[in-house]
Amino acid sequence: MAGGGGSIAVVGDELPGWSEIIETLMFRAGYNTNIVIMGTTLLGLAAGVIGVFALLRKRSLMTDALSHATLPGIGLAFLVGGWMGVDGRSLAVLLLGATVTGVIGVVCIQGILRYTRLREDAAIGIVLSVFFGAGVVVLSYIQVNAASGAAGLNKFIYGQTAAMSERDAMLMGAIAVVAVVATVLFLKEFALVCFNESFARVNGWSVSAIDLIMMGLVVAVTVAGLQAVGLILVVAMLIIPAVSARFWSERLWALVVLAGLIGAASGYFGSVVSALMPRKPAGAVIVLTSGVIFAISMVCAPKRGVISAGVRRGMVSLRIAGEHLLEEAYGRGESGGRFALTSREISRAVRIGVWSVVFGPVVRAGLYWRRLARRTRDGIELTEEGVRQGARVRRNHRLWEQYLVSYADIAPSHVDWSVDQVEHVLSDELIRELETQLGARGIVVSDGVGVAR
Amino acid sequence: MELSIGADLFPILAGTLAAVTCGVLGNFLVLRRLSLMGDAISHSVLPGLVIAFIVTSTRDPVAMFIGAAAAGVATVVLVELVKKLGRVEPGAAMGVVFSVLFALGVLLIRQVEHLGQVDLDADCVLHGQLETLVWYGAPDTLSGLLDWGTFGAVPRQVTMLVVVCIAASVFVAVLFKELRIAAFDSELATTQGYHAGVLHYVLMVFVAVATVASFEAVGSIMVIAMLVCPAAAARLMTDRLGVQVWISVLLAIACGVGGYIAASAVPGWFGKDSVNAAGSMALVAGVLLVVVVFASPRHGVVHRWARRRSLARGMAADDLLAALYRRKEVGEASVGVGQVAAMLIGHSFGKALRGAVRGGHVSNDDGWLSLTDTGECAAARVIRRHRLWEDYLVGEAGFAPDHVHDPAEYLEHIPVEPSGGAETDPHGRSIPG
Amino acid sequence: MSASKVKKGSGGGGGLGARPEHSSDSPLSIHAVTVAYHRKPVLWDVDYDAPSNQLIAIVGPNGAGKSTLIKACLGLVPRASGEVEFWGGSYRQARSRIGYVPQRESVDWDFPVSALDVVCMGRYRKIGWCKPVTRSHKEAGLECLDRVGMRAYAHRQISMLSGGQQQRVFLARALAQEADLYFMDEPFAGVDAATERAIVEVLRELKGQGKTVIAVHHDLQTVAEYFDRVILLNMRVVAAGAVEDVFTRENLHKTYGGRLTLLSEAAEAIARAGGR
Repeated sequence: MAGGGGSIAVVGDELPGWSEIIETLMFRAGYNTNIVIMGTTLLGLAAGVIGVFALLRKRSLMTDALSHATLPGIGLAFLVGGWMGVDGRSLAVLLLGATVTGVIGVVCIQGILRYTRLREDAAIGIVLSVFFGAGVVVLSYIQVNAASGAAGLNKFIYGQTAAMSERDAMLMGAIAVVAVVATVLFLKEFALVCFNESFARVNGWSVSAIDLIMMGLVVAVTVAGLQAVGLILVVAMLIIPAVSARFWSERLWALVVLAGLIGAASGYFGSVVSALMPRKPAGAVIVLTSGVIFAISMVCAPKRGVISAGVRRGMVSLRIAGEHLLEEAYGRGESGGRFALTSREISRAVRIGVWSVVFGPVVRAGLYWRRLARRTRDGIELTEEGVRQGARVRRNHRLWEQYLVSYADIAPSHVDWSVDQVEHVLSDELIRELETQLGARGIVVSDGVGVAR
Repeated sequence: MELSIGADLFPILAGTLAAVTCGVLGNFLVLRRLSLMGDAISHSVLPGLVIAFIVTSTRDPVAMFIGAAAAGVATVVLVELVKKLGRVEPGAAMGVVFSVLFALGVLLIRQVEHLGQVDLDADCVLHGQLETLVWYGAPDTLSGLLDWGTFGAVPRQVTMLVVVCIAASVFVAVLFKELRIAAFDSELATTQGYHAGVLHYVLMVFVAVATVASFEAVGSIMVIAMLVCPAAAARLMTDRLGVQVWISVLLAIACGVGGYIAASAVPGWFGKDSVNAAGSMALVAGVLLVVVVFASPRHGVVHRWARRRSLARGMAADDLLAALYRRKEVGEASVGVGQVAAMLIGHSFGKALRGAVRGGHVSNDDGWLSLTDTGECAAARVIRRHRLWEDYLVGEAGFAPDHVHDPAEYLEHIPVEPSGGAETDPHGRSIPG
Repeated sequence: MSASKVKKGSGGGGGLGARPEHSSDSPLSIHAVTVAYHRKPVLWDVDYDAPSNQLIAIVGPNGAGKSTLIKACLGLVPRASGEVEFWGGSYRQARSRIGYVPQRESVDWDFPVSALDVVCMGRYRKIGWCKPVTRSHKEAGLECLDRVGMRAYAHRQISMLSGGQQQRVFLARALAQEADLYFMDEPFAGVDAATERAIVEVLRELKGQGKTVIAVHHDLQTVAEYFDRVILLNMRVVAAGAVEDVFTRENLHKTYGGRLTLLSEAAEAIARAGGR
């Protein structure tokens, strides 16, 4: 993505003045521009909202096939419209054609999945490419054979907000508004079907009806977005806001709101940029905007973000390594020696790949800081508190072994990491039960209080 | 229509080569459920191409290849990262990555167009420019092709495709075993020393290179079609990977040649000009796939339907004979048609009866049915199997005697008998020999 | 594949050793149900009448069709033949009286909902199309979470719960359905001891309220302790009835050590024979 900035410098665009930028941002740049910006923003909102359900229903890429499958419909609608004496270039006619072949494409995917042994990825790839190929054929036919030429039909591939008339933009906005209202109405039903289809069915919901509404909304938004962002990129408007919002929220309604906002912001920004600057296709700018939001979300989001997950993982490893050292040192003491470890023993115990050089000292520093150990000439020695803590760790280990013995059938599903670490997973309740079982085997697990000097 | 060497040879050659290259590689994508990775890569090589162009300011093929391959690998890496680090579902991860990269490519290409000196064009990225591969000064006859000197005129795109096609074929041929094991069980492959991850990336680089080589000629949409359709169709026709690869090659050739001819010939029948050949190749691929879905020998819809029907017919015929035999056992040599029909609810009784009469098993005497001698033999075989199975189910499988009729009714149609030579069935009826 | 062929048969009753358990208001009666996935029969001619107000375990080896039996009753997998009746009527009529606890693995636990949201899904049917979930429904949901000891976790995102807690959430959702007949698919699979106790308690509570529970169960040790009745299943009903009558060494041997593999081989042979 580094090339983006560079190319602009190479090209040397004439940038618009500040006043012009602000005027456009504030919807003061002329009626037609305003309508287009409004329409695109609403579309972004609708796509973000309904995209959440496409994502949760695991149909993100089916919408890609759907959008590609609209192309032959656009061409055919143009031809049929021409024969029937309707204006083939009226947006409503073209979008009707787009809807028809788009839906046929989705039905084909379902048919392939049902009647052949091909998997979903292949089914989507087939429909996407074959329908698009058909679309290219139809468009090229129109190009060379139709009297009026195919002028303007190509705009559906890459999108072209500049070519939008006021009425087109209003149509797009209206579809978007309807889609948002419908989604809000059916929020509960959509959530149920996305989460647990079989339960919904048993409960008496008509899953196919709900699916139909959901898919219908996806189709509506896709078709409405064709002219603004183009059929190749419209899938991005649906899924990127939803995927980005997922990083920030664990609640469905928040997810829906957030995805809608991200979609609206990208739509707004994209159409404004494209209105202000030459050679900035709105579709690409919209997608790149949401792409940037996605990247920020993925890296920075609390909880699910890459940084916070990394930090969390690091903390866990530190704690586990610390407890590992405590247990080692405690073992020494319990078997008659000192509650201490030499530096060499420490570096052997906490070796984790290339990081051990940094990791070992950090773990030791952590122990000093928590006053569990003190520095000695050639390593560390546990404090009284450290001994107690070491005993606790040792005990947990024993319990874990017992857990594996007693619950061999279910234990594997609870093993996330290595054996050493799972003691942080068990509940207190379970630990008490295991203690009793260990006692029955004659193994006493000390809590460390009596051992400390 | 007439094909001329000058106008048509190179387009056909280029289309076919691109189709074969993608078709061969596509087998392993379809098998590993990565078909959409091909889709993603063919979209996202666009920024790689444009950046390579911006950096070198030429359309030097080496730079283009490097740019495309880098973009291809970047796609795979980014998808993996988004999937793993972001815990995003694979399909969505792919969608995010390739759409953002493609958007970047579209934006960059618009900026580059501005410079004026370029013929990189967003539309031909999608559907190629096969029609421009005209061979000026081509020999008029096929024999003229044998002259070595004429090959100086081969366009760059075709040469490139020849090289890539050979490379991809050699890659698949040499590493067939490794690719197969990696596709089937990547962990097993890794433990055996064939690093599945590395193979995966090599395959993806090949897909990226194939994409870029095919780009100018046929465009990215046909690349996707050829990566998925021939392999998917071949997969429906055979259960052997080796055979599947060969079939996919043949289908790819059919798409390339057939698509081109269809693009120029079919509109010609209606007195129209020819249409886009790359799109038509994708369309032919789709048509071939539909044919295969219906007509493939073992998994085809038609065959499965026919097999179900023949099974049902065989069962109906057997049941008709058995019903008459049982009546004969209790002394009724001929039975009324209506009575038999009532015993065989759920079967296409009429057809079964006509078949049995034609086959000489049953004689129809004015609405009264009776078994002929051959019919009696056949019926005895069915009844024998039925009763042997009943005996088996009670004696060996532990079914209750009053509960074995239905399963036995089912099992009697298999041409095998359970072991054990009982004389009578659990209900005390004799088992015919 | 077998649809037209299996005719309604010779004599009723359960399989070997099963006493007919007909009762006029049996919540569930299964007649001659056969289910096949592709070419493989999974259930073969299953007959069963469930007595009312009992805890019933379905027990059998892996691949015996235990979950399939439940799904076939609920119409989640197509039946090749046979009929299922609830209180003498159709599934459609009885739907509001049936609760379902699917296998825990059947859903994506990373879904963006809280435990309470999941429980409230059990009441969606009562709420109806397009209407939002009101406070009173949420109260009821909390109540149900309380009954499985999960009230404290009501607002946690479901991926933050342990396996056993997730199972309890599913159970609470079933409770929220306020059904009379519950189907539970492996409710005890992979849960900790605390959850197991909580589930058992809920089962007894349900029985005390006069409800019927049919659960797939995989642990032979606890069948007698937790359940009143048992269905031993291995493609067909090997035996069914009160635990003390049916849960015998001999029957278990028949269920688990069976030679029934031969039947499935035979069925495949039929399919192949059809392809001649």
